[in-house]
Amino acid sequence: MIVHTTSPQFKRNAARALADTQLQKALGNVKQGFIDKRRKAAEKLPEFEGLRDSARDIKNHTLEHLDLYLEAYEAKVKASGGHVHFARNADDARDIILSICREAGAKTVTKGKSMIAEEIEINGHLQANGITPVETDLGEYIIQLRNELPSHIIAPAVHLNATQVEQDFRRVHKDLDPKRDLSQPVQLLTEARAVLRERFFAADVGITGANFLVAETGTSIIVTNEGNGDLTQVLPKTHIVLASIEKLVPTLEDASQILRVLARSATGQEMSVYTTFSTGPRRASDADGPENYHVVLLDNGRSAMLGSDFEEMLRCIRCGACMNHCPVYHAVGGHAYGWVYPGPMGAVLTPSLIGVDKAGHLPNATTFCGRCESVCPVRIPLPKLMRHWREREFERHLTPATFRSGLAFWGFFAKRPALYRLVTRAAMGALGFAGRHRGRFKWLPLAKGWTKYRDFPAPQGETFQARWKRERKGKAA
Amino acid sequence: MSARDDVLANIRRSLGVKGTETIRRNIVAERLEHAPKGLIPARGQVSGEERLALFKTQAEAALATVTEVASSADVPLSIALFLRSHNLPASLRMGDDLRLKAMPWTETALDISHGPSEGHDLNAVSHAFGGVAETGSLVLVSGPENPSTLNFLPDNHIIVVAAKDIAGDYESVWNRVRFTFGKGGMPRTVNWITGPSRSGDIEQTMLLGAHGPRRLHVVVVSE
Amino acid sequence: MKQERKPHIGLFVTCLVDLMRPSIGFAAVKLLEDAGCSVDVPAQTCCGQPAYNSGDRGTTRDIAEQVMAAFEHYDYVVAPSGSCAGMIKAHYPELFADDPNLLPKAEALADKTYELTSFLVDVLGISKVDAAFSGTVTYHDSCSGLRELGVKTQPRKLLSSVEGLTLVEMNESDVCCGFGGTFAVKYSDISGAIVGAKARNIEEAHTRTLLAGDLGCLMNMAGKLSRDGKTIEVRHVAEILAGMTDEPPIGAPTAKPAK
Repeated sequence: MIVHTTSPQFKRNAARALADTQLQKALGNVKQGFIDKRRKAAEKLPEFEGLRDSARDIKNHTLEHLDLYLEAYEAKVKASGGHVHFARNADDARDIILSICREAGAKTVTKGKSMIAEEIEINGHLQANGITPVETDLGEYIIQLRNELPSHIIAPAVHLNATQVEQDFRRVHKDLDPKRDLSQPVQLLTEARAVLRERFFAADVGITGANFLVAETGTSIIVTNEGNGDLTQVLPKTHIVLASIEKLVPTLEDASQILRVLARSATGQEMSVYTTFSTGPRRASDADGPENYHVVLLDNGRSAMLGSDFEEMLRCIRCGACMNHCPVYHAVGGHAYGWVYPGPMGAVLTPSLIGVDKAGHLPNATTFCGRCESVCPVRIPLPKLMRHWREREFERHLTPATFRSGLAFWGFFAKRPALYRLVTRAAMGALGFAGRHRGRFKWLPLAKGWTKYRDFPAPQGETFQARWKRERKGKAA
Repeated sequence: MSARDDVLANIRRSLGVKGTETIRRNIVAERLEHAPKGLIPARGQVSGEERLALFKTQAEAALATVTEVASSADVPLSIALFLRSHNLPASLRMGDDLRLKAMPWTETALDISHGPSEGHDLNAVSHAFGGVAETGSLVLVSGPENPSTLNFLPDNHIIVVAAKDIAGDYESVWNRVRFTFGKGGMPRTVNWITGPSRSGDIEQTMLLGAHGPRRLHVVVVSE
Repeated sequence: MKQERKPHIGLFVTCLVDLMRPSIGFAAVKLLEDAGCSVDVPAQTCCGQPAYNSGDRGTTRDIAEQVMAAFEHYDYVVAPSGSCAGMIKAHYPELFADDPNLLPKAEALADKTYELTSFLVDVLGISKVDAAFSGTVTYHDSCSGLRELGVKTQPRKLLSSVEGLTLVEMNESDVCCGFGGTFAVKYSDISGAIVGAKARNIEEAHTRTLLAGDLGCLMNMAGKLSRDGKTIEVRHVAEILAGMTDEPPIGAPTAKPAK
């Protein structure tokens, strides 16, 4: 499969995002909408920090025994009348889903929000094969109308404002009264609800993702606030669960532990509105529910992350807290990252999935401020993992040559204290003298990136070590 | 090799295991068998009136409305009053739940129909399997008694729950699920419902009634 | 009564303070000596963070070994920087995790290394300094100090003892200023936007002075404020705590311009 990514053009994407005043306004909603709510939810639960440890430990335990939990899970799904399909990569997963849809004679497929579906670009594949995919999560529906990728893993349309949504609805919902009032967000919601209601009933297949898969019972779990994931799975004849292999947890108790940190970290809710545990197809006596239940388990590079420096990334439960708290994400938004997963989690995961040669900017475009790690519900050391990518890039000589030689030049002196003192003493003396009148430089050679946006404060002149030697020489130390 | 075998082999190679190690298999079997509980928040570890009060506070914080009635015989009238007070039509869809069926609906003027929702019902009532005080969540299990479509398609969803079925935490409800459906067994669907449907996808402003019910009303039966 | 030996401190000046603003180093020395320590400054260059964050572990380890040797014999190592102290305390042990010979040395150094204000408050138990400063200040929490070392209350506690000083908290004081070492140059557009947001928060606090505990962040914020024509003075927190404010603020002229 060809991966469609603009990650190599991260810098250009970022510059464009920074110049986009509408986007900049919308990004303000990220800070407004998530940070305080998460903090309050965490403070309200005294066990929150302990539950983060618990969630981390459960995920670590599962990953260490992933082969066995997958086998146990598979057996349970089969026992409940469902089917499990393993997919090595995106192509496998697309083929499996297409053949299930064909078998069901599907014309329309409804979809709950799934990042894995974005990862394998299933919509385009279905469309190319004459099947209409319909996103049903409001945010996903909006970006599907715009033919965009989600810009946030739990708030896909966070980059848009209501006026843009109104324009899209007027453009696409052509059979509705063109004079209708859509000036309020609630009117947009009501219209989407009515339009999508019809789609839910028309769908032959419903595809959802999974927040967790439970080995104990063969259960898939989805968490939504809208209820779209439930209508997606309960109405059509066939329900396909599309999930990656690291979604496994051992038991219902383990899932419950992690659910206690998921919504609180994501939206600051104590619990999302709908947490749905689905096991197999409808039972003989059931009055509703899908007749067929399929699970597609995607690897796509994850098994190679196990046992590597990046294994800890597989704990991620896709809450979005890292990007909600990231100053870089706040500045450029999700699309700048150029693929499916933005923000700090994307900066670690994307190179793993599409290659560090393509996504090399992402783990470099961070200040290592550590705010992501401080809020991660499963305590993924995101800065450390980004640094591991930088080490890979350095080892593979993917670091830009000019930067590399600059670093080597600096390293040469940093390793030689006596020479360092001599050279810096002279250099700072000169620089201090040059800057003594203004106290700062508006322009400096080799520091264009710095002086484009800010002045460079002038040094005081004499280095500390020189002055120390001069003043304290002979004094008892 | 099949994709399944490939994936499992890759996992084992990365983990440096064969998959046949007795110790690993025992650890996994043990965990699946005993399902250790982990850390349970103290918040829900209260009983009686206190637990009921916590449930009510939490459900209301999630924007559900909650009424208490003394006995199941009072439920129909309470629901009729709820519908009238919100100017909602006097119709109600429900499944084959025996507890609901045994209630004196004829004492009200409600037009009752039975079965899953086909999308035209404005109001539905379900009987919960249980509740969780910790977060004010309702636990519903699928089946002909309470079809899942009733939880999502109607505009107004009313859930009846017996006070004795409201647990402090999720884990207590899982124990009851295991007792009812057998260890490792599950109904097709278990729904945890915490408040009415909502979306914040437009400008991160929360709006109620995205795809599911715009209203969630809970009737707690004390008896 | 037996007099206890003075704690012997190796000052880790940090490369930026050494090169750009030695007065911070002397302020740190004064604070430590006033607190009853003896201070020494062994020959040094850098903690290795630029190499470490660029993925060059080899150079980082070479520099770290040099630091470990230079500071081996002190009771404590103190740095007027959360970032450099954090590098030694949090990352040196990680750097030598696979080296049974050097790991104990790295851990020993990590155990006795502190950021300046946290050393004064947490280790020496100091709650007051002998200094005066008339005016309002706002304090930026630099990321490494805050999140790697838990430096948050210590500088505020000491500042509250400075006569005449009023601390006004800015919004989002714990949000990154956008410096990030080489990030500021490599991704200057993004860095510029982040420091722009920081500058707005600083301005809205309406104080005479901006303080922080890391010179890198201070140079970034000072450079942005002066570029935008703001007159807010920018100083390292140690300068205020030591009462050493004779030197012009960061980015201000040292000599009167020639007419």
